[in-house]
Amino acid sequence: MTAFLVILVILLFLIAVWQIKRIFQLAQTKVVGHADIATDKDNNSQGYLMMGFLAFIYILTIVSFWLWYDTLLPESGSEHGSEIDNLMLISMILIFFVGIITQGVLHYFAFIYRGNKVARATFYADNDKLEFIWTIIPVITLAGLIIYGLFTWTDIMNVDKDDDPLIVELYAQQFNWKARYGGNDNTLGEANVRLIKGVNVLGVDPADPNGKDDKVVTELHLPVGRKVLIKMRSQDVLHSAYMPHFRAQMNCVPGMITQFAFTPSVTTEDMRLTDHVINKVDNINKIRREKSEELQAMGDEPLDPYEFDYLVLCNKICGISHYNMQMKIIVESEEDYKAWLAEQPTLAEQLSKEN
Amino acid sequence: MSANAQIHAVEDNHDDHGHHKQTFVTKYIFSTDHKMISKQYMITGIFMGVIGILMSLFFRLQLAWPDHKFTIFEIFLGKWGEDGVMDPSVYLALVTIHGTIMVFFVLTAGLSGTFSNLLIPLQIGARDMASGFLNMVSYWLFFISSMIMLSSLFVEAGPASAGWTIYPPLSALPQAIPGSGMGMNLWLIAMAIFIASSLLGSLNFIVTVLNLRTKGMSMTRLPLTIWSFFLTAIIGVVSFPVLFSAVLMLIMDRSFGTSFFLSDIYIAGEVLHHQGGSPVLFEHLFWFLGHPEVYIVILPAMGIVSEIMATNSRKPIFGYRAMVASLLAIAFLSTIVWGHHMFISGMNPFLGSVFTFTTLLIAIPSAVKSFNWITTLWRGKLQMNVAMLWSIGFVSTFITGGLTGIIMGDSALDINIHDTYFIVAHFHLVMGISAAYGFIAGVYHWFPIMFEGRMMNKKLGYIHFWVTAIGAYGIFFPMHFVGLAGLPRRYYTNTAFPYFDDLHDINVVMTIFAIMTIAVQVVFLYNFIHSMFYGKMAPKNPWNANTLEWTAERKHIHGNWDGPIPHVHRWPYDYSKLNKDETDFVIPGQDFIPQYVPLQDNEDELDH
Repeated sequence: MTAFLVILVILLFLIAVWQIKRIFQLAQTKVVGHADIATDKDNNSQGYLMMGFLAFIYILTIVSFWLWYDTLLPESGSEHGSEIDNLMLISMILIFFVGIITQGVLHYFAFIYRGNKVARATFYADNDKLEFIWTIIPVITLAGLIIYGLFTWTDIMNVDKDDDPLIVELYAQQFNWKARYGGNDNTLGEANVRLIKGVNVLGVDPADPNGKDDKVVTELHLPVGRKVLIKMRSQDVLHSAYMPHFRAQMNCVPGMITQFAFTPSVTTEDMRLTDHVINKVDNINKIRREKSEELQAMGDEPLDPYEFDYLVLCNKICGISHYNMQMKIIVESEEDYKAWLAEQPTLAEQLSKEN
Repeated sequence: MSANAQIHAVEDNHDDHGHHKQTFVTKYIFSTDHKMISKQYMITGIFMGVIGILMSLFFRLQLAWPDHKFTIFEIFLGKWGEDGVMDPSVYLALVTIHGTIMVFFVLTAGLSGTFSNLLIPLQIGARDMASGFLNMVSYWLFFISSMIMLSSLFVEAGPASAGWTIYPPLSALPQAIPGSGMGMNLWLIAMAIFIASSLLGSLNFIVTVLNLRTKGMSMTRLPLTIWSFFLTAIIGVVSFPVLFSAVLMLIMDRSFGTSFFLSDIYIAGEVLHHQGGSPVLFEHLFWFLGHPEVYIVILPAMGIVSEIMATNSRKPIFGYRAMVASLLAIAFLSTIVWGHHMFISGMNPFLGSVFTFTTLLIAIPSAVKSFNWITTLWRGKLQMNVAMLWSIGFVSTFITGGLTGIIMGDSALDINIHDTYFIVAHFHLVMGISAAYGFIAGVYHWFPIMFEGRMMNKKLGYIHFWVTAIGAYGIFFPMHFVGLAGLPRRYYTNTAFPYFDDLHDINVVMTIFAIMTIAVQVVFLYNFIHSMFYGKMAPKNPWNANTLEWTAERKHIHGNWDGPIPHVHRWPYDYSKLNKDETDFVIPGQDFIPQYVPLQDNEDELDH
């Protein structure tokens, strides 16, 4: 792959050099008029270059898709995510359609109407009908997109309490994530940074009975198929909880509780078996094997093979280690989730152990 | 109007402008002449641009080859680049200062400062700005601001590193990141002075356009450049004071213990006393400027491109009134869309719906403008001068970048691409690259006006354009894929955990294109400096343009026109207009009719 890319870049560079050479050749013939004002020869060569540039844009688009389609995010792991992906697909088709046509027309006009001595431009100052058409078409298209988008947005953001979602707190600090489960009552105890003390790193109010059975963990487990309402807090600066595989993101704001709800629909195990993820993981492991060989040659430890996992990443600049602030998310069956949760100590147990 | 006429009458008698005694200081340093101030803005802007672009080279190298040791880091970054390894804190500092410099110092002051100053008096037929003195003060405040911003690079704990949007609490607490100490103080002071400079400049532009137009220059006969500079100035006056208030409150939170933006913070092992403030408030204040700001950056480029395209197509700009109306619409809408930067900031989701609606509305005037530019080319007689190539390039990048805006602006889609490389690709194309193209187009086009008739070299200009055009797409088109792969921006390296390892190839490609693009700017700098002194002399009106600046004295004199100011009798876009019988152009053998030419007997009046 890298070799191919290098060849591609060299090729593009050669084309650039060749074009430059051509420009020189064309420009060096005897000039009529001022040397630094475009002549008919320049108009001609630059017009052709415009078509060449159009080809470059199209080829770049095709090559990019061909090379890097595999790196994109896999199918959504949440229920609302497929709605977003749908909307994304429609918008993408639309903008590619418009983009390909307008770029084509722009560069084609630049080519076909390149000036020469005999040509005469058409005095064409306005045309109300034409302008009305290309005002109204974007209006209608955008109205459609806006309506679709707003319905999707409202569906995602409005949380219906009747769904009885699992309540989980996602707690951000420089530079790690913690999660807190509401325990048996599925209710989080009140918390404030002013109450942080000892093992009570999230500042849960010890006097609040709801908080006694809360469980604080450093790896987020979620049962598949159940709606989860994530309440977010931050103890220091702005962070953003970005869960790209679930098409979910919300900022964590100090002094405020924000929230985002979604229903995980694919377990981690199942996600690992999808074609896209298998492909992606193969690619990554190939790169890691190559790197491991290099490392071993220098006498260092080789890298572990990579296995896919859902992640929550920090996506708001938060300090020096922003680039490595992440936590694993595991989506599993209801039973596995319950079994795992039962092993975690409650806050009351942790606090009594400390005393 | 009568007062205006009187001023002209008085000035018209004032023929011997050459008698002002000019010393080196009054001519080149504390000049009150708009043409000199324009050049001062341009050179300062280009200087800042060189620094900002070099910074981008550093972090692109880091992103493409995170394990490699670069001597260049050791040389330039000192203690943050020991043994050629970039420190994570300086990476954040570089992206922060790159953003700040490019947005404010290059594309706001450099673009609008240069061309508003140069063209407003010359194209409306005025002797100078309404207040030459305020204009001078505006430039020197900008200069001081630039120096303070650059001095922050040499502070011991490093310059501001909280991103160019400086969201608190990160920007407010030195405990959170080293750059939020002295470096952030200097950033805030520099920006406060910058805002003062920008406001003085903008007020001057507005007053000049409203009051000092020559006889016959009605608002509907203004070149589109002037319309765009005028509206840019208005947006600046409306929105910059809001940033000033945000900066002031942040200074108070940092230094005087107030809690405008801070609440419930536990950091470095202790609870801070701040309570009741909200970082979201800062985001609202910041983006109330921040969004109009991107239109402050792009509108002048739109104006410049419209003018250059019409001139070099030898055709009127298509739909002049629609172009003005869409500028007005964009200017108005730009102040009510700021919330689209904050869909997932924690503000009420209903607000998100409102801002999605207003944001997608702004796509309509933008679409109209793009279609009108394309139609301007239709059946033209395109003169492929260097400035024309940059203008066509502008329309191309503006369309590509603008289209991805439809995705960003949709709150539902923004959830998953917010703050990823997708947005970086989007705004670099639609705002950064496009505005830079507009700036460069303007430099090539009006170079003879600025440097007393000298022209820039055409061949070097062609090389500069084509390599830059290929490089810009080569950097930013693949970047969309990085964003869609889910990679957050402002990551020092994306190999700290394995998930993004497969993006290494794309990063290498982008960096190679970036090196190529940056390298070719040396050609531009050489061409620029060389042509200043040795450029070939241009004919009086090299591009056969209609606007008034080409009638002014070539040698720079105070007052622009040696004799009386020309009066205007028509709009600036009478290119290739035919006579009544359609046998020849109105002026036989000449396909343009400058604005000072009265209506001829053999032409139809077309209400322009």
